Amino acid sequence: MESKQILETIRMISEENLDIRTITMGISLLDCIDSDGAKSRQKIYEKLTTSAKDLVKVADQIESQYGIPIVNKRISVTPISLIAAASDDKDYVAYAKTMDKAAETLGVDLIGGFSSLVQKGYQIGDHRLIESIPEALNETKRVCSSVNVGSTRAGINMDAVKQMGEIVKQLAAIDPVSCMSLVIFANAVEDNPFMAGAFHGVGEADRVINVGISGPGVVKRALEGVKGESIDTVSETIKKTAFKVTRMGQFVGNIAAKELGVPFGIVDLSLAPTPAKGDSVAEILEEIGLQSVGAPGTTATLALLNDAVKKGGVMACEHVGGLSGAFIPVSEDSGMIKAVSHGNLNIEKLEAMTAVCSVGLDMIAIPGDTPATTISGMIADEAAIGVINNKTTAVRVIPATGKKVGDTVNFGGLFGSAPVMPVNKNSSADFVNRGGRIPAPIHSFKN
Amino acid sequence: MKAIITVIGHDQVGIVAKVSAKLASLNVNINDISQTLMQEYFTMMLVGEWDDKKISFDTVKKAIADLSKETGLDIRIQREELFDAIQKL
Repeated sequence: MESKQILETIRMISEENLDIRTITMGISLLDCIDSDGAKSRQKIYEKLTTSAKDLVKVADQIESQYGIPIVNKRISVTPISLIAAASDDKDYVAYAKTMDKAAETLGVDLIGGFSSLVQKGYQIGDHRLIESIPEALNETKRVCSSVNVGSTRAGINMDAVKQMGEIVKQLAAIDPVSCMSLVIFANAVEDNPFMAGAFHGVGEADRVINVGISGPGVVKRALEGVKGESIDTVSETIKKTAFKVTRMGQFVGNIAAKELGVPFGIVDLSLAPTPAKGDSVAEILEEIGLQSVGAPGTTATLALLNDAVKKGGVMACEHVGGLSGAFIPVSEDSGMIKAVSHGNLNIEKLEAMTAVCSVGLDMIAIPGDTPATTISGMIADEAAIGVINNKTTAVRVIPATGKKVGDTVNFGGLFGSAPVMPVNKNSSADFVNRGGRIPAPIHSFKN
Repeated sequence: MKAIITVIGHDQVGIVAKVSAKLASLNVNINDISQTLMQEYFTMMLVGEWDDKKISFDTVKKAIADLSKETGLDIRIQREELFDAIQKL
């Protein structure tokens, strides 16, 4: 091996914030179903604490021996709406508390799967779970929740869209910060390692290891070396860089799976920013040639970036999955925060951007007095982009209770801070209140 | 076990001696070594190999960290497979 390659690898890690964003163990809870809720929760606690007992230890050991930072250790479980439905429990807060307790015992950062899949309709467990979300997220520290309200195959469940707007408002009324633990999806994926949207799909194995990588800083640095060159060169440079970054994800996933005796699932090829300087997706787009993210050309550069990351990453690993693409969470990206604060980026532009990347309107603070029906309208728009374009989309907005445009919400640490953004004041209420279901698009009929 | 040890820092008398003496005291064999000056920084890379049944990775890592503190040099030790995974097809 050449010295140059060794030094390049070290620089990627030490100066450009290359890291493994998460090792997530997916655990099926289907064998924990019981008509007695207390028994079911006991089984869940035992299964989680035995299945993942070495997860943190193994991740720390990999970090130490290979010198790669592993930022998060997480768990995803089968959607609780399916597990708890057999019980007579009227609300599912106790299940969230059991998940939280297991996560605390194991020392993992977050646990996802307080989830419900209602793209076509509700079963009894879905009603109870969704109604439990505000209390469950406010009484736990590490639990993440997601609700899938639409899919290309099923269309968009507008009753669920309406209800989720109300749930987001209820959650914000208690504590706006807890809104960051709730994602509303269309076309949710079953093997996503990233939070808050991770859950373990019913088609998955009993246990599986999924890995999420990150490296916006590495891509930006590589692009600094090709200033002024043609877009073809930009695309090639991103592909080569993504290949290297993804190889690391594959490598770490393989070792973790082997050490834990669990099958290796997928690498999620995502560029996930953090608020740290130089770890920003917005700065990549600016490096390609925009004065600020939000300028005309933003959607095109993001589409190029997203596609090149996938092309470079696909060959580097055995199985690609999860969300795979560039993330554009406003609060977690210093470049996005700057653009919003300077009035260069608005929600409408962010919505256009979500049509060409993963995942959606993410970590966006909106005025506290935004009506629930307006939030539902935003959810419906995002779901429509996902359903029509055969991709995953999501909404994770934070109504900043008591705050207005220009104020800031702080989430702490990796989650950063978000400037409150203006929302179109025209009402969506009559549309949202109709209820029903937007039919599946014509291109879903492929059989 | 094989690991790559990189030493980066301002040039000073006896860097090679200090690092190789520490590795010898741990019974780590040096398979390969290269050294260069990049701008004003001294940069050295070594491939070390030892019997990890007798001496653990953590022990070697701790000794290297102590040496890094004593000398003010940035010294890292990482298992070799990482570099192969990222850089080789």
